[in-house]
Amino acid sequence: MDLESQKRILELTEQNGAENMLVILGSSEGESAGLSAETVTAGDPTYAGPLAGVSLGLRVYHICEAEIKDEIPSDLYEEQVGMMEMVMDVDSIAAEMQNIRSQHSKF
Amino acid sequence: MNSVIKAASYVLMHTPDMIIHNGSTPATERIVAPDSEFLKKLPASIRSYDDVLAYAPNQTYIGNMTPAELGKIEQPWYDKKIDAKREGKFGEIMPEDEFILLMQICDVFDLVLLDKDFVAATKDKFAAGPAVTPEMAARVKEGHDAADIAKLVEKEHSEGLYFNGKLIGAVKRAHDIDINLSAHVIHENLVSKAGSVLALRHLVQNAGIDASEIQYVIDCSEEACGDVNQRGGGNFAKAAAEIAGLSNATGEDVRGFCAAPAHAMITAAALVKSGAYDCVAVTAGGATAKLGMNSKDHIKKGMPTLEDVLGGFAVLVVANDGVNPEINLNIVGRHTVGSGSSPQAVTSALVSNALEQNGLKITDIDKYAAEMQNPDLTKPAGAGDVPLANYKMIGALAVTRGEMEKPALATFPAERGMVGWAPTQGHIPSGVPYIGFCREEILAGKVKTAMIIGKGSLFLGRMTNLFDGVSFVIQANSGDSGASAVGEAEVKKLIAQAMKDFAMSLMGQEEK
Amino acid sequence: MSLISGKKTIVIGDRDGVPGPAIEDCVKAAGADVVYSSTECFV
Repeated sequence: MDLESQKRILELTEQNGAENMLVILGSSEGESAGLSAETVTAGDPTYAGPLAGVSLGLRVYHICEAEIKDEIPSDLYEEQVGMMEMVMDVDSIAAEMQNIRSQHSKF
Repeated sequence: MNSVIKAASYVLMHTPDMIIHNGSTPATERIVAPDSEFLKKLPASIRSYDDVLAYAPNQTYIGNMTPAELGKIEQPWYDKKIDAKREGKFGEIMPEDEFILLMQICDVFDLVLLDKDFVAATKDKFAAGPAVTPEMAARVKEGHDAADIAKLVEKEHSEGLYFNGKLIGAVKRAHDIDINLSAHVIHENLVSKAGSVLALRHLVQNAGIDASEIQYVIDCSEEACGDVNQRGGGNFAKAAAEIAGLSNATGEDVRGFCAAPAHAMITAAALVKSGAYDCVAVTAGGATAKLGMNSKDHIKKGMPTLEDVLGGFAVLVVANDGVNPEINLNIVGRHTVGSGSSPQAVTSALVSNALEQNGLKITDIDKYAAEMQNPDLTKPAGAGDVPLANYKMIGALAVTRGEMEKPALATFPAERGMVGWAPTQGHIPSGVPYIGFCREEILAGKVKTAMIIGKGSLFLGRMTNLFDGVSFVIQANSGDSGASAVGEAEVKKLIAQAMKDFAMSLMGQEEK
Repeated sequence: MSLISGKKTIVIGDRDGVPGPAIEDCVKAAGADVVYSSTECFV
């Protein structure tokens, strides 16, 4: 994940408390979604950014996961994400996200 | 009258040492994790020049294979070698030593100093290159002592130039205080300029014109040149035109991240159609920062570092000759400030809105060239298959609009699109790699209409959160070339030559 | 209980997936307090 984003996530989590945070991803496929999710839970797996070795354990979901999609007005979701959802492998993304959350998310 | 595409050129420059020393990913890693496994494994992951020549997407880029032929080879492509040629009908793949001399001849301020043994060993080879003119070869300067070069790098803030892992030169900073003229910036800018010069020289050859015929050059790369008082002052275009010998040209730089080439093509077409100029070249060199950009992922997956070439291209847009494919400026797609950022909003803005205004459907366009990134490079990096995702989106939009039946979605990418073959050099993949093939396919009657789509991540500059993109349509010439057109015999000759070129390309032969 | 409503929300979009602003519109409508939004680019 971009180093500036990692820095902002760290600062915002310190300001607001990890329990109040939510991270939503828009990655195009499972593996990159998993890497971003890992970064905001277990820490930066590439050991390059400010989140290296920092386990924030944040709640993290992909925009296409049912838990998130169900809370968004369906017309709006369809307009903003609908067609991209047809292109992406949502099952693989959801499985990867579930896997990371079960291991590293504290909330 | 619409302008036409007279020629295109495509060049790659293999710069293995620059991956390590100038790529943004390795450079960042040296700062944040200097002892990392990645940095240890990087040198051994870099391919040789011969391997880079034998890589099918690279042979496609310079025109020795068609995208359709590339698509027939099973992915991934990096573990399969094909017939390796330096030259193709669109351009060449230049080795690093010659490219460093090309950088030296592009330097007009005594900023590039090379080792004298290196210059002596390389200058004849450089002069014999397929696109190097005697005037260019005459610009090569003699070298310096190795100790002087080492001192420049160690003590004078110069950027090192390396070949086969050995320090063979330095790019000096152009000012002691001004960071806009730092050695890093000068190096990056000279690389971009040199790639553009090479592309322009091949363009002149491919078009069969005299260099003096080009009146205007538009550079659409992603670098900025200027000093502290005008950081992006610009005109890479004129700087490259000077070295390429385009004595009658002036020019300008068009910027817009990866969308810039499409913006530049529309600008060029408009300038020609308006009558302001008759002969405009759109050009771009490559970006050193993007060398090895995703190499961490490539290495982690046991692959070679595949982002090992700089890219360049040039397209010649001229007044209608009654033969060459036209740029139809009535069909211009625009992602506007108000378009919205959702993928379907972007695709509608760039594709269906422009077509609809002209009473056309998505299925009325034979071929789409959106972002032609090579999936070998992007899939392991988590970006997926970018061209395929674009085709799926365009197809899905056609279904949503009732212009196509849903079952046709499965074959849409293969029928209306192609696999990607361009290196992830930002602006380089953005629709334009297809223009060379597109011209030939239209001349041969295989394709009637093609839409070129450029998309750019403006948000990376932190001046806006907006995305951007534009598109335009290339179509077969209507044959109505007006009073000043070439004669019928000339038209027949051009068509015959185009048919011959196309047939040769189908047979996989190199056209000379 | 809502997952999104009232949460300090960080959006990390993807140029070749779902971009940041598109996600932002969606989660704001579900009551999120978006505190950071960015879009990643791998190409």
